[in-house]
Amino acid sequence: MNWLIAILQTTLFVALAPLLAGWVKCCKCRLQNRKAPSLFQPYRDLIKLTNKQPVVSEQASWLFIKAPYIIFSATVLAATVVPLIAVDLPTSASADVIVMVGFFAFARFFLALAGLDVGTAFGGMGSSREMTISSLAEPAMLMAVFTLTMTASTTNLSFAISHVLNEGLVLRPSFVFALAALVLVAVAETGRIPVDNPATHLELTMIHEAMILEYSGRHLALIEWASQLKLMLYGVLIANIFLPWGIADTLGAQALGYGLLAIIAKLAVLSIFLAIAETLFAKMRLFRVQEYLSFAYLLGLLGMLSHIILEAAR
Amino acid sequence: MILISAYCAVLLSFASGLLALLMNRRDMLLAVKRYAVKTFFKAGHGPDWLGKNLEEQRFPPFLRFSVFVLLGLSGVFAVLAGLGVLIGKTVITDQISLGLPWLPWHVRFDSLSGFFFLIIGIAVSAVSLYGPGYANSYDENRHPFAVLGLFTGLFVAGMLLVLLADDAFFFMIAWELMSVASYFLVAFQHENPANRRAAFIYLLMAEVGALAIILGFGVLAAFSDGFTFDALREAKLSTTWAGIAFMLALLGFGMKAGIVPVHVWLPEAHPVAPSHISALMSGVMLKVAVYGLIRFCFDLLGEVHWQWGVVLLVLGAVSALGGILYAMMQPNLKRLLAYSSVENIGIIFMVLGLSMIFMANGHPQLAALGFLAALLHAFNHALFKNLLFLGAGIIHHQTHQLNIDMMGGLINKMPKTSMLFLIGCMSISSLPLFNGFVSEWLAFQTALQVDVLDNGVLRSLIPVAAAALALTAALAAACFVKVFGLIFLGLPRSQHCEKAHEIQDKGMLAGPSLLAGLCFLFGIFPGLIIGLSNNVAGQLLGETLPNDAALSWLWLAPVSSQQASYAPPLVLIGALIAGCISFWYLRRNPATALRTAETWDCGFGGLTSKMQYTSSAFTMPFRRIFRSVWIIDERIEKDMQGAMNQDVAAVHYHLEVQDHSWPRLYEPIEHAVNRLAKLVGRIQTGNIRVYLGYSFVTLIIMLWVIS
Repeated sequence: MNWLIAILQTTLFVALAPLLAGWVKCCKCRLQNRKAPSLFQPYRDLIKLTNKQPVVSEQASWLFIKAPYIIFSATVLAATVVPLIAVDLPTSASADVIVMVGFFAFARFFLALAGLDVGTAFGGMGSSREMTISSLAEPAMLMAVFTLTMTASTTNLSFAISHVLNEGLVLRPSFVFALAALVLVAVAETGRIPVDNPATHLELTMIHEAMILEYSGRHLALIEWASQLKLMLYGVLIANIFLPWGIADTLGAQALGYGLLAIIAKLAVLSIFLAIAETLFAKMRLFRVQEYLSFAYLLGLLGMLSHIILEAAR
Repeated sequence: MILISAYCAVLLSFASGLLALLMNRRDMLLAVKRYAVKTFFKAGHGPDWLGKNLEEQRFPPFLRFSVFVLLGLSGVFAVLAGLGVLIGKTVITDQISLGLPWLPWHVRFDSLSGFFFLIIGIAVSAVSLYGPGYANSYDENRHPFAVLGLFTGLFVAGMLLVLLADDAFFFMIAWELMSVASYFLVAFQHENPANRRAAFIYLLMAEVGALAIILGFGVLAAFSDGFTFDALREAKLSTTWAGIAFMLALLGFGMKAGIVPVHVWLPEAHPVAPSHISALMSGVMLKVAVYGLIRFCFDLLGEVHWQWGVVLLVLGAVSALGGILYAMMQPNLKRLLAYSSVENIGIIFMVLGLSMIFMANGHPQLAALGFLAALLHAFNHALFKNLLFLGAGIIHHQTHQLNIDMMGGLINKMPKTSMLFLIGCMSISSLPLFNGFVSEWLAFQTALQVDVLDNGVLRSLIPVAAAALALTAALAAACFVKVFGLIFLGLPRSQHCEKAHEIQDKGMLAGPSLLAGLCFLFGIFPGLIIGLSNNVAGQLLGETLPNDAALSWLWLAPVSSQQASYAPPLVLIGALIAGCISFWYLRRNPATALRTAETWDCGFGGLTSKMQYTSSAFTMPFRRIFRSVWIIDERIEKDMQGAMNQDVAAVHYHLEVQDHSWPRLYEPIEHAVNRLAKLVGRIQTGNIRVYLGYSFVTLIIMLWVIS
């Protein structure tokens, strides 16, 4: 039963990810006085791409063809770890938050390799930039997450969220810092403005798009889907770690229903903030990103130190 | 029985070294054979295989093969001995009456030695599978196999003896055997001045390190009666003297292990040694130094202080970050791998430091966790670094290149090698499902237990160290994306790479395959090796993991299942399910089969390999971000021509990245030594009468002192 719900939750995660991307796009269009596409446009795009014949470069090796499957699987695995509508599911015990960061690293490793595979300058450029940004973002993310795990004294996300849930509404300075850090990292890691712009193919600013320039058809669909999933993952992480209320801690139908409604509401609000931020800010120069990310790193570290100095039970 | 197989391992490696000496003695062997045949076989001719293999054509490959068979057997016996003592949880002691008559060699074989025996055994077995094919490529006249085989055997025997030693004399003899034998291996291709220089630096630092270790033992011996480790364990040292002994040991073992700033011999010596030797040096010899430090601090000194832990933690963090940042900038593959060894040794030192801090603060169970993470990382690093060095050897063998800016596109030409190398890269980048991740995970788990400490400085220092560890892991992933991407992917950047093909020798693939298989096996079932190293922690620290029961094959939950758990087999199953479903679902429609076409070139045509990103281009963002870590000399020179010198004829890009430690540390030392030598030179007049005068005065003073 538990396993069934866990699988159901993961399926829900994967199925809802394009919807979230559609919703963000919708909000952005409204804010920018444009007519918004349908909420379900990302699904239509994915279906269209899967039905197309993929074109692969003659230089491409097996890695290029297999990489989308690996990237997608790794991201789905990361999604199994994160509690979406219920805590205490068996899948979240099989891997903790460090392993989740490891899955992201796994996906990124293959994405960057795929970018280098065909041997064009764009691919190399994208890979180089992606690895640079992620190698600065990953420690910042771990710092933010460690603040949570040290408060709850567990790295298991499910237990950590239950811990926050049981403590009730307590204002912790460390959590404020960690939240800020995680938001900054999430923006960088999911390739949103001001770090990267998912909507352009401008060579000077491309990061994520540069790596996947050679992909088409179902391969492109998988990679797009994986990046939508990643956006949703970060959203759920932020929503459920810092505002866990509403998540189901029993496995009854009613609790699960409330959990689903709660997470949808939280994500909807969070995406509005993302859309506002993307409308307000312009994209940064590439070599300003390091300052942005070291700021996130610093915030994460401050969160950890304030936990140790102010909050730990001594 | 266990001890006998340990001795067998040592003797077999000696034997393989001695057998290699017969390389140029075919005539002698023929004479022996004739004599033996006359005595033992009445019919007049002996067994067929012997005569056949002594023919001129077949003799050298046969001898090389048998030398490596002996070496491989030595590795197998080492594995057996190590496993035996680890599973049996026993301590075996013995005495060998060698050396001076009143100073027998004391031997002690416990779990710690057993664990490192296991590491050496696996590495040596893999290398001996790989060796025959690799050694065949050397020209016998310029690079005699006798030298290579002899010193390889001595080197392996030296390392094994260090682990067996139970008194300071025996330890130092074995240590020197290891150092000096490896010096000759580094100097193997000595026709090149750069190699001679690298070997000299190596020898110099090895000897300075050995001096520091001797002094460290001396400090201990001054407080005890004798040089056996049993006596040294009993020594009662004041905090100051214990600190001095620790610093000396750290200097000595750290020099061998290659922590910053005494790491400079590594990137010089590793690239010039033959690949299987650099695999052994980097994968195994550095671990012997780690063994030495563990033995000295945790076993001999007994009581550890948290200040030592802080020293190890800080040095380890600097080495880890510095190592990977320097590695990233290297275009030479083996140099890059050498710097990456500095990084990994740094991680091991960091976790050992954490273990010491927890130990000194009265949390032996957490100390055991850190200790285990350090041991596991040592084991894992031995596996994947060996794999990568052997892979680098294959690439060098097939393309005659080590410069990664000259490679590219090898994945289609060398599919098997590329697969093995990919597994190595994934392990070293600590991706889940591979072994490197497990030790890193345990290291993070150790660091996250900081809440139990009382000391405010430590409580804020350890999270910063954890942050450094996270940054190191992310940078390592970037570095090895660069390595794999530039070597195997893209278009070939040189003629050699275009013509390269897969290696034919089965042994040269079997060695790395063994290691890659183990990397994957221990990534999925880390419980196997953690269970073994738990015994080491139990024997040495007197404590095992807090959550013994959780060490099953499926789950990894070192502290408690509430706090953290990781089940790699489940993760693997999940990955397979997700991958298979998406694969099956998307491939079911035959109308969407793959179509190949030319790479999109923006309509300009003619994509060439020069348009790809190179090593220096890939790392440019890092070079800008971490600017002050290196001494960077980056210039663009233009050749001008034409009227008024205004047309650019050619553009030269020049990039040199240098290590800070040379101008900051070693050049001042060199100057000081030179100045001292000049001062001493003043009393060396070259006149025999003056020298006689010196002797006379010295003699008088000595007599006066005695009376």
